[in-house]
Amino acid sequence: MTDEERLRVLEEKAAELRRLAQENGLDLAAELAVLEQKITELKRGLYTHLSAWGKVQLARRPDRPSGLPFVQSLCTAFYELRGDRVLGDDPALRGGIARLGGKTVAVLFHHRGASPEEQRQARFGMASAHGYWKARRIMEIGARLRLPLLTLINTPGAYPGVHAETHNIAGAIAFCIWQMLRHPAPTVAVILGEGGSGGAVALAAADRVLMLENATYSVISPEGAASILWRDAKFAQQAAENLKLTAHDLLRLGVVDEVIPETPGGAHTDFQGTVSAVRDATIRHLAELAALPLDELLRLRYNRYRHVGSADTAR
Amino acid sequence: MPIRRDKRERYVEVEVSAPPEPIWVRCESCGELIFRRKLQESQYICPRCGAYFFLSARERVASLVDDGSFEELPKFEIPEDPLAFSDQRPYQERLRRAREETGLQDAVVAGTARCGGIPVVLAAMDFRFIGGSMGVAVGETLRRAMEQAARERKPFVLVVASGGARIQEGVLSLLQMVKVVAAREALAQASVPYIAVLTYPSTGGVLASIGSVADLTIAEEGALIGFAGPRVIEQTTGERLPPGFQTAKFALEHGLVDAVVPRAKLREELTRALSVLAGVE
Repeated sequence: MTDEERLRVLEEKAAELRRLAQENGLDLAAELAVLEQKITELKRGLYTHLSAWGKVQLARRPDRPSGLPFVQSLCTAFYELRGDRVLGDDPALRGGIARLGGKTVAVLFHHRGASPEEQRQARFGMASAHGYWKARRIMEIGARLRLPLLTLINTPGAYPGVHAETHNIAGAIAFCIWQMLRHPAPTVAVILGEGGSGGAVALAAADRVLMLENATYSVISPEGAASILWRDAKFAQQAAENLKLTAHDLLRLGVVDEVIPETPGGAHTDFQGTVSAVRDATIRHLAELAALPLDELLRLRYNRYRHVGSADTAR
Repeated sequence: MPIRRDKRERYVEVEVSAPPEPIWVRCESCGELIFRRKLQESQYICPRCGAYFFLSARERVASLVDDGSFEELPKFEIPEDPLAFSDQRPYQERLRRAREETGLQDAVVAGTARCGGIPVVLAAMDFRFIGGSMGVAVGETLRRAMEQAARERKPFVLVVASGGARIQEGVLSLLQMVKVVAAREALAQASVPYIAVLTYPSTGGVLASIGSVADLTIAEEGALIGFAGPRVIEQTTGERLPPGFQTAKFALEHGLVDAVVPRAKLREELTRALSVLAGVE
């Protein structure tokens, strides 16, 4: 029996005990406590010893907390801004002005959608050129109003399509990076699920980069790396291990500032818990950054990226 | 036996510093066998069908700058193979082989030079070196080149020939996109112009960063300019690609570049652009 199967059996037993206790008015609290202790331990074991590939699977879950419901729960108010003013409105990358921890902030996030119809429209969170042009527009508004900028990342990558190419998706990503680097207020990026390549880095040139424990951040999907380097997508698991794409790997490499722990069962098993952990971390980092004078903030930000990979940033 | 081993070692050493070049080269487009000297004279354009061969970074530099004016930036050291990456072959071995084959340290050459008498900082990428991909070494070279250009108030010229980010350096490659855009901001702060020359290929993370943020962007005829490769687009979306998709002409028609120039006219075009920017008449 695998740990996952054992976990399912234990959870069924616990449910059964709870039902018995309720139906017959029995006091089974002690028995339940023992069982629940076992369940927690098993879950912790299951999810802390996840392979990189296991984390890739977890990060990709469609029920991974992110997108519009996440922002609506994270912020006390959210006014969505739509459209890039030229090409249209991309439902895969959204944003607006929000209230967070008693402050007004600009917020940008990938949206993958819940229903199949919504997922199709949002191209499963792969934003196109107009998504990134809109993101840049919202960044500019935030800059004008000197609002802190928060980005919440969960995308397989930018959308590879004819429309995206003819409308300069590469330029849109480059200009998002540039705009984030110039942003005249604190910036925090949180990788909630998949941090896929250029589509992720466009929103991640921040003062602080945080990752949920089982999120991933990678230059290419493991499947993509496998088909290019091994010439066979079947080597995706091996590629995932080699790419060092997990939160803890990236913390060690100095790419990420903090790993936000998830519930033992994974973020998807505790939406509210995940939201509040992300809220606490984000507000804390924004407050630290708000204490810095602007020229110091920009100098630190420039130095952070100026030396990435070339100075000994690894911990 | 010892004598033989010595000979062998000496032979290897010679090969490292001066890779032997075949005298005849076949054009992949029309199949013509071309005498290498003749190909060099024609700036690596097939004399029969007009197809463009890759220019190595050094040949590219030589084709654009005033004779003898190029001075390479000082070498520097960085941690290598930061992920200890290995696929079918260890990354270290791929690097070693690329160095032997190209005589370069990594996929870019950068230095100070003059173009039509105007002092510039110029960098050229080399597609032969792991697809011209941008890892930490390339990002760091470009960063240093741009910061020097900003300091010395010399225009910065970059010739792109890159498939994108260096997979074997993982997220550290991805973050070179941020590094080079940060250095580009240093140019902007110093009001120093930046000219990008996009060649075959200018794709992926390099196009989605330093390739797309120039003040003036010239495409070489024969360039491939796009974020995602044609095969990836077809496989992901099932879309049929329009004729001429991602060519230099296509980029011009869709407003992505300012000019398309044949290789033979590139030096002249670059000088003209630099003259106007520098206010030299």
